[in-house]
Amino acid sequence: MFDVDNINEIWQTIARNKTRSLLTAFGVFWGIFILVILLACGNGFDNGLRSQIEGFATNSTFIISSPTTEAYKGYQKGRDWNVDMSDIEAIKKKIKGVDMLSPIFSKWTYNGENNVFYGTKGGNFSLKGVLPNYIEIDRCKVMYGRFINETDIAEARKVCVLGKKAYEDIIGTDKNPLGLMIKANGIYYQVVGVVEAYNGNVSVSGSMDETIILPLTTMQIAYNTGDKFDFFVFTTARGYDTKDLQTEIKNLLRERHDIAPTDEGAFVCFGFEEIFTMFEYLFLGIKILIWIVGIGTLLSGVVGVSNIMLVTIKERTREIGVRRALGAKPSIIIRQVMAESLLLTILAGIVGLVIGVAIMVVVSGVVANTPSDDVMFLDPQIGFGAAIAATIIIVLSGLLAGVLPATRAIQIKAIDAIREE
Amino acid sequence: MIKLENINKTYFGAQPLHVLKGINLEVAEGELVSIMGASGSGKSTLLNILGILDNYDEGDYYLAGKLVKNLSENQAAEFRNKLIGFIFQSFNLIPFKTALENVALPLFYQGVNRKKRIMMAMEYLERFGLKDWAEHYPNELSGGQKQRVSIARALVTSPKIILADEPTGALDSKTSAEVMQILREVNASGITMVIVTHERGIANLTKKIVHLKDGVIESIEENDPDKMDFTKEIK
Ligand SMILES: Nc1ncnc2c1ncn2[C@@H]1O[C@H](COP(=O)(O)OP(=O)(O)OP(=O)(O)O)[C@@H](O)[C@H]1O
Ligand SMILES: [Mg+2]
Repeated sequence: MFDVDNINEIWQTIARNKTRSLLTAFGVFWGIFILVILLACGNGFDNGLRSQIEGFATNSTFIISSPTTEAYKGYQKGRDWNVDMSDIEAIKKKIKGVDMLSPIFSKWTYNGENNVFYGTKGGNFSLKGVLPNYIEIDRCKVMYGRFINETDIAEARKVCVLGKKAYEDIIGTDKNPLGLMIKANGIYYQVVGVVEAYNGNVSVSGSMDETIILPLTTMQIAYNTGDKFDFFVFTTARGYDTKDLQTEIKNLLRERHDIAPTDEGAFVCFGFEEIFTMFEYLFLGIKILIWIVGIGTLLSGVVGVSNIMLVTIKERTREIGVRRALGAKPSIIIRQVMAESLLLTILAGIVGLVIGVAIMVVVSGVVANTPSDDVMFLDPQIGFGAAIAATIIIVLSGLLAGVLPATRAIQIKAIDAIREE
Repeated sequence: MIKLENINKTYFGAQPLHVLKGINLEVAEGELVSIMGASGSGKSTLLNILGILDNYDEGDYYLAGKLVKNLSENQAAEFRNKLIGFIFQSFNLIPFKTALENVALPLFYQGVNRKKRIMMAMEYLERFGLKDWAEHYPNELSGGQKQRVSIARALVTSPKIILADEPTGALDSKTSAEVMQILREVNASGITMVIVTHERGIANLTKKIVHLKDGVIESIEENDPDKMDFTKEIK
């Protein structure tokens, strides 16, 4: 269809009316351009959100004990209760489908006063007592040294791992932190490591960057809570349903702590999976909306091309008639009109695609170089797949735009051209 | 070359108009025939049927021995492209193509490659003294030049028959004479030619004059153009 001769023929007719061709092409250009920009922005927000949850195990659930809300077995409602290590053991033993299970003892900082010091330099950070496996849930990079290990737990060693910000604020990046002694809430701990959180903002009781991490057992001793702790987090193993696991675990805890089987208020249960799924759907919705809007815009461009080509065909009645008289078969006329609309649409579409992508590459660069803690907009570019899809859509629109004019064109008989007006 | 048997044609407009009422006509190969008649007598209608631009209702039309009836669009296009060359009163050149491109266009529809097309088209333009005008657009040409371009276009495919509807209708007498001279030369090279005209002077340059009146052939007049001094008689 696109050999040199045909290109020439087509180009002649397009170039004959440059302004009109340009105006026509603009509709398609704009449609594709808008589609690309919208898709890229959608991806930007998508990536932004994803970077927020990056590093956090998305299949994790937090369960926090909370005062009971129903009286049961002679206990009043409003009774305080706590999860303890035996609960953890029981869950591990009795419930299948739990991948990781990690209890957490957390000391938030309420008043904003400095509570952690190295020498005279201090800062305000929360403390978190965890087991070694916690790093697999709230994933972070180990910058120096190591994370809490089993020996720390077994011996309840007075060691700590600093979050990156804590390290920078109270020790300073010019110093090797390992082995230094820091004072947290009045007790000295030896620094065995520094961790850096990923981009993510999703965390429990603050980002790892702003936390002093202690062995769980050490913290239980320091705060004299026996083997109790505040809450625990578990991840769902592959092939198991998070909702089912949550129910099973809650039922087990109810049994073990004499809580009414119907008491839902005795737990704060926080499943990330649900939230992430919700976001996934939200973004899927946004994406569908973008395609609808983009394709709608493009479609109006297609209607424009089709319409103007219809007018052109009417004006070209004589020319087409002469061509027919000279021996042009209907198929040649169809091909020519289709090729005209294709060429116009493809050129306009590709220009729209290229300019759209180019602009978003620039925007992407600007976004990447703008320092910000809350990255809600990241890397707004369209993927290779979307670019291919856009190209296919351009070609399809070109064909679509050509159908009506082509049908009109073959209705022109040679005799129409010969007849004087 | 052409054989018409009882051709009838009715236009179904606001009220049916029976334009051709049983035309019987034979044109032998190499003949130069003119069709004359009053305005509205059906000359153009007849010529359009001969050129397979229009269809007829009744009768049979044989072109080069083949019955031309109920042809598909593709067959008609092929007939026109290979057998027939058209010359129109209003030239019907494509305005955004150069003289050369216009002449080459029928070859494009024959699938002749570009190089050969250009070469052949140039050859025909040269033959009619238009070599220097090859790259000009129709609106830069005089009426006579335009008609010569369209003659070149009609001839470039080496058709068996040339159909001309008032080929000199838009030209002055001097140019008309030149164009007629060219057409006669073309005919002399062996190509059958049918010319519609309402000018006696033009008809006098043909060997057979068909008089059409109210859709029937009134008479067929044999004529010897070489006896005529066409430069005086033409208008
Ligand atoms: N498409 C058409 N529909 C209806 N009537 C038509 C059509 N074409 C021609 N006619 C009528 O048919 C008759 C013959 O027309 P035609 O064009 O053949 O005449 P003509 O002999 O060529 O006349 P002129 O010398 O004026 O060109 C005329 O009365 C014309 O009005
Ligand atoms: Mg006429």
